[in-house]
Amino acid sequence: MSDLIRVENLRIVARGDDDQEKTIVKNIEFSIPRGEVLALIGESGSGKTTIALALMRYARRGCHIDEGSIFLDDTDLMSLSQPALRSLRGRRISYVAQSAASSFNPSMRIMNQILESTQIHYSMSRKAAEAKAVDLFRVLALPNPETIGSRYPHQVSGGQLQRLMAAMAMITDPELIIFDEPTTALDVTTQIDVLRAFKQVVQERGITAVYVSHDLAVVAQMADQVVVLNNGEICEMGRTAQIINAPSDDYTKQLMAAAHPVLTGVAETNENDESLLSVKGLAAGYGKIRRDGRPAIPILQDINLSIKHGSTLGVIGESGSGKSTLALAIAGLLPSSAGIVKLADEVLPNRMELRSRDQLKRVQVVFQNADTALNPAHSVGRILARPLAFYHGMTKDASDKRVRELLDLVHLPPSIADQPCTRLSGGQKQRVNLARALAAEPDLILCDEVTSALDTVVATAILDLLKELQRELGISFMFISHDITTLRGVCDQVIVLYAGQKVEEGSRKNFAAPPFHPYTNLLINSVPELEQGWLDRKKHIRQTIPANADGQQLCGFLDRCSVRIEGKCDKQSPPWVALSEGSEVSCHLSGEELKRLQQHSLQTPTLKPASSNAEGG
Amino acid sequence: MKSLYRYLGITGLAGLALTLFWVLVSFVGPLIAPYSPGEIVNYDVFLPMSWEHLLGTDYLGRSVLSRVMDGARFTVGLAFAAALLASLLGTGLGLFSAVSGKALDESISRVMDALLSIPNKIFALVMIAALGSSIPILLLITAITYTPGVFRIARSLAVNINQMDYIQVARARGEGRIYLASVEVLPNMIHPMLTDFGLRFVYVVLLLSSLSFLGLGVQPPNADLGSLVRENMSGLWEGAPAIMAPAAAIISLTIGVNLFIDSLRSSR
Amino acid sequence: MNTIVNLLLKRLGISLVTLLLVSAVVFLITNLLPGDPVQEMLGQAATPEVVEALRTKLGLNQPAYIRYMNWLGSLLSGDPGVSLANNMPVAELVSDRLPRSLMLAGITTLVAVPFALFVGILAASYSDTRVDHFISTIVMFVVAVPEFLIATIAVLIFSVHLGWLSAVSYAPQDPTLQEFIATYALPVMTLSLVLVGQMSRMTRAALIEQMQQPYVEMAILKGASHSRLVLRHALPNAVGPIANAVALSLSYLMGGVVIVEVIFNYPGIASLMVDSVTNRDFPLLQACAMLFCTGYLILVFMADICAILSNPKLRN
Repeated sequence: MSDLIRVENLRIVARGDDDQEKTIVKNIEFSIPRGEVLALIGESGSGKTTIALALMRYARRGCHIDEGSIFLDDTDLMSLSQPALRSLRGRRISYVAQSAASSFNPSMRIMNQILESTQIHYSMSRKAAEAKAVDLFRVLALPNPETIGSRYPHQVSGGQLQRLMAAMAMITDPELIIFDEPTTALDVTTQIDVLRAFKQVVQERGITAVYVSHDLAVVAQMADQVVVLNNGEICEMGRTAQIINAPSDDYTKQLMAAAHPVLTGVAETNENDESLLSVKGLAAGYGKIRRDGRPAIPILQDINLSIKHGSTLGVIGESGSGKSTLALAIAGLLPSSAGIVKLADEVLPNRMELRSRDQLKRVQVVFQNADTALNPAHSVGRILARPLAFYHGMTKDASDKRVRELLDLVHLPPSIADQPCTRLSGGQKQRVNLARALAAEPDLILCDEVTSALDTVVATAILDLLKELQRELGISFMFISHDITTLRGVCDQVIVLYAGQKVEEGSRKNFAAPPFHPYTNLLINSVPELEQGWLDRKKHIRQTIPANADGQQLCGFLDRCSVRIEGKCDKQSPPWVALSEGSEVSCHLSGEELKRLQQHSLQTPTLKPASSNAEGG
Repeated sequence: MKSLYRYLGITGLAGLALTLFWVLVSFVGPLIAPYSPGEIVNYDVFLPMSWEHLLGTDYLGRSVLSRVMDGARFTVGLAFAAALLASLLGTGLGLFSAVSGKALDESISRVMDALLSIPNKIFALVMIAALGSSIPILLLITAITYTPGVFRIARSLAVNINQMDYIQVARARGEGRIYLASVEVLPNMIHPMLTDFGLRFVYVVLLLSSLSFLGLGVQPPNADLGSLVRENMSGLWEGAPAIMAPAAAIISLTIGVNLFIDSLRSSR
Repeated sequence: MNTIVNLLLKRLGISLVTLLLVSAVVFLITNLLPGDPVQEMLGQAATPEVVEALRTKLGLNQPAYIRYMNWLGSLLSGDPGVSLANNMPVAELVSDRLPRSLMLAGITTLVAVPFALFVGILAASYSDTRVDHFISTIVMFVVAVPEFLIATIAVLIFSVHLGWLSAVSYAPQDPTLQEFIATYALPVMTLSLVLVGQMSRMTRAALIEQMQQPYVEMAILKGASHSRLVLRHALPNAVGPIANAVALSLSYLMGGVVIVEVIFNYPGIASLMVDSVTNRDFPLLQACAMLFCTGYLILVFMADICAILSNPKLRN
């Protein structure tokens, strides 16, 4: 049984600006038998994409393959000439990139780009190729397979583009397809459809594949073999079942731990009913305010929420849900068009410019992308000293001392104060971000996707830090994320946003088992589980139709809901229903009906919490 | 020295050397020139290079070496001052415009766009017709000619920086406009604007020498390098150093600065 | 299609507003004269009444904005006054010289633009190789040298040393091919050199920027050849920036034409303008300046059209 791919002793180096050579990956050896899927897993900087590209003997600018052999069947790619290499790429080996949006030429029609490989390699006539492409579109469950090819890339959604890229890779019937983090940029609810399409196509056609990812749960669904990478070297390698259930390497164990967030005990909700933040009827958007009071581009409608002292509220939503807008509106960075925001009985003006310095101090925002949230021209110490001087009028000595205290709070060494912030790692930058927010001594910190751009291991550490800070300082948090697993690990209360409306609200316990709002149900069930076969069990989620987020007063989830009631859901706006377990949902169905429907049709999710009642399985 | 070589490369180093050479000449030249620029040293005009007169004589019999050194003073000095003025004005305005409200930003930008729509030489010619060609006026004219270009680049930079999250954070703190512009935005603009300054310098040298060549720039008895080419034009047929030297001076100055700026850009 | 038309109309509107502002600027500057022009014209001996009479006759006693409107009106109607130095109608002078300048500019454009695009695309295709470095170095040299020196050196080489061409353009009526070439060779060559330098540099930069985009990497991974990458992928997406570069360079052309027409004694509108500066002939000067500016704005507008039409996101 010959292996299709065999990599031996691979070493890739990079030449930096200063002409110094740096090894990116070394001692890489693995082989892939025909028809199997091998996963390359690791965090950013581990070298997984570099290795994936090397399988086509391609290295990015400034890098080159220094040593090693890459065998495709019996041919060593390192021995091939450039023309031979070109004839191989796109024909025998294909690549599906991470970002479909930037991998398509914006000024060429999609069909032409998909057929390009056939033109380069003269493999078939245009007519035959087009027919084959349309066929592939159908197999990949793309809408309008006959006509989608005549569109331009910007006219098609992200999830569809990703599948189109897969079609582009498959049109020449390659022997090996390399999937490079293809679903990382997609929403969880879109991801599941794409994953399913990929898996089906790979299995049906017996394609050999390499799947690069940082997400263990996704890898568990797709791969037969797993290679774990850290810092350019292989830590561990083996069959998927073994890696997941019995990892032997420490780093692998770390990755597994990060994928299974442990739910610590809920902070005892002091029956002190006083809420710190209360938001009623909030609406916000962009553009001019029209005559009916709504902005030209409405994002949020009628949002009500409250956060108690010393507790954490999670806000979950996918792209387009308006969750970031919510943070901006509460902070006053984006003036709301309607509604009231109260901070401990004091009404906050909707515009930042109208708020007092004290009001601004009490609500702080921490942004997602730490790279752009810290001024590259300033040192860490200077960044932290400014709010101290601005809000508390601290002079140099007091300020220096406090800066050291703040760094200590976020577990950073005091020596970092003199460093320009460009030298810090992603995790360190996010800690500085937090420290800056803490410097103001706020009552409430709004965290907007603060861990989404970080590697899972680093992100877990940041989440632990947040919990610690809450315990020690009693600050309230609003934690915004698209990842429900993270939220459940950190938050006491959770609200779910869809298309600018709140659809569900409940405590952490409520999200362990149905009943949920139908959207919440879809969300929870789309998060890949860290066990093989999960994806296969999800066959019966109804195919989602592109959402029309124009819900207005009607339920925003109308178009995608698999349990909607014709004649009711599309005519009347849903009431707020309190469910018996304590949560509230915006739905026409009653709690019992939802429970019945959701337990019947789908396996209930078990997020393997430290303490909770697991249903069924 | 070695790190400078690594940073700039050989072309960059050559450029730096040329630039510094001419800066030096413009400062020190008049002090070490063998003769005064107006002095007639020999009755033979357009003499070739010799040990006595290193660069020969010009169309009136004056020392070309001395006149070139004097001319360099005008060219380099005026260009530097004008470029500096343009950079300061343009950067200041660009920054101000970017952090101001939409209406103010729009109006300033429109005016600057209009100014940019007038080709540089045409603009300078119109100004000279109205205001004359004295040295201070020339300085003003060349500075104003290039201010809109600097403005556009500075504003574009500032607008991009303004959209960064760290600016949002500062705004959310309640910081005022002046603090934002000077402490948060400006430090991130300095490096690109310095590169731009170098380019403006070259543009001004080109513009000024062209104007002088047309007889509309630096007026007699003063002469910059462009004027020197103009007045010694008849020496072209003999290939006299009187015209070759100032020509070579202009070329080596602009190429030198260009090489230096290019090497700065490619190393970052 | 609707959005494209709207966008074009919007750009047109902005261009017209800009033109208006430009005219205001030109008018403003030419009225910045220190001193009293009427007094200067008549000399010290003139009595106040005579001065006043002439001022009224010339319309100089009216407030600025009225004079501005009058001037604008005269421009638009095609009769921008009388040249002070030549005592001829400005319109006549201009219409005599304008075609010649257009001819010079036209030939230069025809020669320079294709060559520049070729050089730019070549340099970008072979970027970071010796070919590219060689081209870039030459281009840099060319761009750093002022036009009058290029013209001077060209004259030195072709007239003085080689004796091929004459240094002065005759521009006779109904020229033979030989006379035509003799007339235009040096001016066109001088102008083209700088133009090619500017344009090729910007074309190269625009193409290289496209070549670094992820979609080009994707094409490489599909096995595309180098020429396919450059011509089928990068180039169509670089049309906008390249059109911009061409428009910008043609504005340098306008500056260069001033020098070249003077050096080679070419009877075009730029040399007319330079004379008007020396003579402080304001009606002529203003008219010439407005012509140049209008020409430039037309070029920019055409570049905008190219950019808008080539942007696929605007198509439906």
